[in-house]
Amino acid sequence: MPFALQTQELTIRFGGHVAVNAVSCAFEPGTLTAIVGPNGAGKTTYFNLISGQLKASAGRVFLHGQDISSLSAPQRSLRGIGRAFQLTNLFPNLSVLENIRLAVQSRAGLGHNLWSIWSSHRALITRAEEVLETVALTAKRDMAASALPHGDQRKLEVAILMALEPDVFMFDEPTAGMSVDEVPVILDLIRGLKAQSDKTILLVEHKMDVVRELSDRIIVLHNGALVADGEPAAVIASPIVQEAYLGVEVAK
Amino acid sequence: MLNHLLSGDLPRSRVLAVVLVIILAGLLLTPFIFPGAKALNVAAKICIFIVLVSSFDLLLGYTGIVSFAHTMFFGIGAYGVAIALTRIGPTWKGVAVGVAAALVVSLALSLVIGLFSLRVKAMFYAMITLAVASAFQTMASQFSEITGGEDGLSFKVPELLTPGFSLREAPFLGVSLDGKLITFYLLIAVTVVLFLVMLRIVNSPFGRVLQAIRENEFRAEALGYRTVSYRTSSNVLSAMFATLAGALLALWLRYNGPDTSLSFEIMIDLLLMVVIGGMGTLYGAVVGAAIFIVAQNYLQELMKLASGASIKIPLLRDLVHPDRWLLWLGLLFVLSVYKFPAGIVGKLRLSAWRKRMAQPGA
Repeated sequence: MPFALQTQELTIRFGGHVAVNAVSCAFEPGTLTAIVGPNGAGKTTYFNLISGQLKASAGRVFLHGQDISSLSAPQRSLRGIGRAFQLTNLFPNLSVLENIRLAVQSRAGLGHNLWSIWSSHRALITRAEEVLETVALTAKRDMAASALPHGDQRKLEVAILMALEPDVFMFDEPTAGMSVDEVPVILDLIRGLKAQSDKTILLVEHKMDVVRELSDRIIVLHNGALVADGEPAAVIASPIVQEAYLGVEVAK
Repeated sequence: MLNHLLSGDLPRSRVLAVVLVIILAGLLLTPFIFPGAKALNVAAKICIFIVLVSSFDLLLGYTGIVSFAHTMFFGIGAYGVAIALTRIGPTWKGVAVGVAAALVVSLALSLVIGLFSLRVKAMFYAMITLAVASAFQTMASQFSEITGGEDGLSFKVPELLTPGFSLREAPFLGVSLDGKLITFYLLIAVTVVLFLVMLRIVNSPFGRVLQAIRENEFRAEALGYRTVSYRTSSNVLSAMFATLAGALLALWLRYNGPDTSLSFEIMIDLLLMVVIGGMGTLYGAVVGAAIFIVAQNYLQELMKLASGASIKIPLLRDLVHPDRWLLWLGLLFVLSVYKFPAGIVGKLRLSAWRKRMAQPGA
């Protein structure tokens, strides 16, 4: 079976700075891989290269064995790479429901339909409402996204990704800035996705207990390079992680 | 039925609904309640600008694209009809050829501008459109063989639309049923149809994507929407409607020249109308066009009256002198932007929404 996602020598340079340095890694379908590393290690940049927000200086990206290196971000999204963002990235003045409905509409391929009334596509709205229910935001469906408290905005960010129904889910610190009692909602969602055995999940996360519990595998980025890769317990115990990542955390 | 006609996008404010009905009724009844050529001309201009401002709102208010080339497409429509009727003669075939040719030219130009320059930053796009529009305006006055140069073109329209044509001898309710009246009602009919078509477009799944792009282009891309293609489509559609508005203008005036359809002043007026009415609402285009054009045409007369009444009071007399009308229009504009940043329609909808929220059990 081909890998769900694979990067080959993926590299990006900004001037003289190599932000992601020849990262080769393959992700099997149905697995959750945590990507850890200190701030500035290139985790988000690596994500941007995979989902197409940035164009690689060198190297290639494969989705289900097909080379998608030359495709744009929207094309990759349509092929099944779904991305949630670290900094909340919503449609601020549109309603909570509309934020999700737009994702459902994209998946349904209806964007270029300009002669029907949007609200006549009931199925899209119903689907958006279902997704809204899963993140417990139903009561706030008509609020503007920008009016939501931070924690709810994070939930909406995840909900948009769920509505896209991609093959590869990329979560970039989904629980960042959330209060302790809100975190379980997001983690339950990710667990639920993991239970659907064909979904491939990439997760950038700083909370080590979350990483330990959810992931099948951990890869470590440091200064843009892949420095460790393997079973969660083994990677966390390895000297390079203790020094490069956890050491930094402890030192804080 | 009405809901479907308005594409599910109701005024959502009782006051706004009443205002819209008043504007429509006012336009329909103009020949009967406001006699004289001036009132009819003002009403016709309101219709034409409703189409033009709506098409601009599609671009600016819904897609978030700032373009200064909108009057260029308006001018192309007007010149298309003017040139075709001058060359072919006053026939319906001439009108059809003129409109069709103008639409083709606008389509090509807007597509090229869109594809080549919508990738650049908003600021540069605005600059590029400004440059293209200026070049076009210069060309229109230079190629005087075809366009009539600075003097423009006066031409004859099909007989049905001429003032000489008469539907029946006796006047109806004191109004003679001539070609001018027929033209006027045709104009209203076309305006209503074009407005409803645009209302449908902005409320379609496509229109929803445009709003998403306006809100957050980066995110729209991440959802799988190819924003360049949507922005180009929006650019082209908006240009098409502006072209049709230009064709209506030429048919109404039976004249077209650079100052009537291409001048930068019209571009500024357009911006004012869309902002005063309320960007991204489309109904704002109707309200903005109606208020602005009425003010533009009657503020001066109102001031003439005020000036006459205050002839003895030195400073006031100078302030309300008819020549100062632009000053007052400017003040009105600054005030309205300051008091209603979301435009009149935005403000009305907001207060209606607050009222609904305040009601117990709502």
